[in-house]
Amino acid sequence: MLGNLMEKFRKSDVYKSIFRHDYKDTQRNRALQILDNVWLHLHPVRLPRHGVNLRYTWGMGGITFFLFIVLTITGVILMFYYRPAGEYAYDDMKYLMNDVPFGPLMRNMHRWAAHGMVITVMLHMFRVFLTGSYKPPRQFNWVIGVVLLLLTFLLSFTGYLLPWDQLALWAVTVGTNMAAATPLLGHEGPFSEMLGVRMDNDVRFLLLGGTQVGPAALIRFYVLHCIFLPIVIAIFMAVHFWRVRKDGGISGPNQ
Amino acid sequence: MDQLLYRIVTPSDNFATIVLFVLVFICCYAAFKQMRENDKRGTPREAEQSDKVQTWPYLVRIEFLGALAVMAILTVWSVLLDAPLEEPANPSVTPNPSKAPWYFLGLQEMLVYFDAWIAGVVLPTLIVIGLVIIPYIDFNPKGNGYYTFKERKFAITVFCFGFLILWILLIVLGTFFRGPGWHFFWPWQEWDPHKIVAMASWNWPEVFGVPTRTIDGTIHPLGFLIGMVTVLGYYGIGVLYYFRKKNAEWMKKLGVVNYGIVAFLMLTMIALPIKMFLRIVLNVHYVWVTPWFSV
Ligand code: HEM
Repeated sequence: MLGNLMEKFRKSDVYKSIFRHDYKDTQRNRALQILDNVWLHLHPVRLPRHGVNLRYTWGMGGITFFLFIVLTITGVILMFYYRPAGEYAYDDMKYLMNDVPFGPLMRNMHRWAAHGMVITVMLHMFRVFLTGSYKPPRQFNWVIGVVLLLLTFLLSFTGYLLPWDQLALWAVTVGTNMAAATPLLGHEGPFSEMLGVRMDNDVRFLLLGGTQVGPAALIRFYVLHCIFLPIVIAIFMAVHFWRVRKDGGISGPNQ
Repeated sequence: MDQLLYRIVTPSDNFATIVLFVLVFICCYAAFKQMRENDKRGTPREAEQSDKVQTWPYLVRIEFLGALAVMAILTVWSVLLDAPLEEPANPSVTPNPSKAPWYFLGLQEMLVYFDAWIAGVVLPTLIVIGLVIIPYIDFNPKGNGYYTFKERKFAITVFCFGFLILWILLIVLGTFFRGPGWHFFWPWQEWDPHKIVAMASWNWPEVFGVPTRTIDGTIHPLGFLIGMVTVLGYYGIGVLYYFRKKNAEWMKKLGVVNYGIVAFLMLTMIALPIKMFLRIVLNVHYVWVTPWFSV
C-alpha cells in the first residue's frame, strides 16, 4: 500500500520536478547525484582513491569548513540575545548563561567550535605543507589559504571581546597593545614621533575607536565579528574551493 | 593535583590548548609514519591509490560521517565544559597575568625576548610573508602530493621547527607554564604573585666588560660597535654562506635574490631561540642598544 503510493509519487510531475533522476545504483546516477545537487556539485564526480583516505588529508579542510557552518548557525542564535553596548553586553551574557533555554549549550558550542576551527585550520595548513600540496599548480591556493588563516584568527580574536568580562577585556588589551608598538604608525613604536603620531591618532586608536578598550571598541569588534569578517572569509573560501577544483582537484603523486 | 586541575580549566579556554597538543601529536605520528613507509618502499602509497572512485558514495559518506563525529564531539564538549565568564569588564583592575587568547601566546612569549615593535609587529609580519612565499621559493619539484621526508629534508625540517617548536610549543608554554608577572611556573605549582626572578641584568657588550651607556646616559661607542658587529655579523653568516655555495646546483636555481630572502627569514627565525638562550642562560637583555631601537 505504502510502496504503491511511493511508486505513484515517484512517477508524478512533482517528484520529477524536484529530483532529476532516479536512485537506481548506476554509474550514471552516481554522477548525476553530484552534478544535479547544488551543494554537492562543488565536488568532482570522481576523485583518486587516496583523496578519500583520511590518512592523506586528515579531513582537516573539510572539518574547518563544517565548523564555520556550525559557527554561523550558533552565532545567529547568540545574536538574538546579545546587545553590543557597554551597559548591556555582560548582563546579556549572564542572562544567556542562566535563564535562556539551551543558552549555555549554544554559547558553549559557539565558543568551542571557534577554538576548534583555529585548531583545525592550523592542522590543515600543516597537512598541506607536509604533502607538498602548495607546489605547482597550487601555489596561489596556498596564498589564499594564508589569508584564510589570518581571517580565522581575526574572527576568533574579535569574538573574544564580546562577552565583555575581565578575560575578554584584558586579552584584547594585550593583543591590541601590539598595534601601539607599530613602527611609524603606533605611538609607542620607533620613529613615530617623526610623523606626529600620538596616543589619540595612531593605528591602535583606529582599531579601538579610543585610547583604551572601551564601548567604542566593543561595537567595532562586534560589527567586524558578525558582519564584515564572516562575509570576507566566505568570499575567500569560495575562491579557495573553486581553486581546489581548477587546480586539478586534490593533489596526488600523479599530477 | 587540585592545583593542576584548576590550572587546566581556568579559564576553560585552556582546554583548547590540550586538544591542539593532542591533535598535533596524533597528526605528526600519522604523517611521519607515512613518510617512513613511503620513503622505504620507493613508490608512495598514494601512487598506488590513484585509481578513481565515485564521489557518491565514497567521498560524500565520509564527509557525512565526519560531520556527525564533529557534532557529537562538540556536543559532549559543550555539555561538560562551560565557556568562561568572569567578572564584568573593569579597566581599573588589571589581572596578573593578562594573557592574550591562547593562539597568540607564542607571540606573547616573544615579548619576553624582544621589544614590542619586533615581537608584536615585525616578527608576525615576517611570519606571514614567510608563509606566503613558501610556494615561490621552494623549487624542489619532488614530494608534490604525497608524504615523503627523504625527498624534501630541508623544507620539512625548517617548517616543522617553526610550526611545532616555535608556534605550538610556545603556545603550550604560555598557556600552562606562565603565571603572574609572566614568570615560569610548573602547572602543579602554586602561583606566587611575589615571585622574585633575577631581572635581565646586563646587555651583550657588558658580557665583555664594555658598558652600553656612558655615565651621562648616552650610548657608549664601543658598546654600540660590539652590538652592531654581533647583529650584522650574524646576518653576515648568510652572505658568507652564499659565497661558499655560489656554484652549487641548487643555489643557481634559487638565484641570489631568492636566496637573500630565504637566508634573512631563516636567520631571523633562528634568532628567536638564540635570543631565548641569551636571555635565560646568560641573562642578557639587549644585544645591540642604539638611540632609536634596541634588539
Ligand atoms: C578557513 C580556512 C580553510 C578552509 C575552510 C579550507 C578548506 C579546504 C578544503 C575543504 C580543501 C580540500 C582538501 C582538504 O580537505 O584537505 C582544501 C585544500 C587546500 N587548502 Fe585549504 N582551507 C582553509 C585554509 C587553508 C590554509 C590556511 C592553507 C595554507 C596556508 C590552505 C591551503 C590549501 C591548499 C594548498 C589546498 C589544496 C590541497 C590539495 O589539493 O591537496 N587552506 N582547503
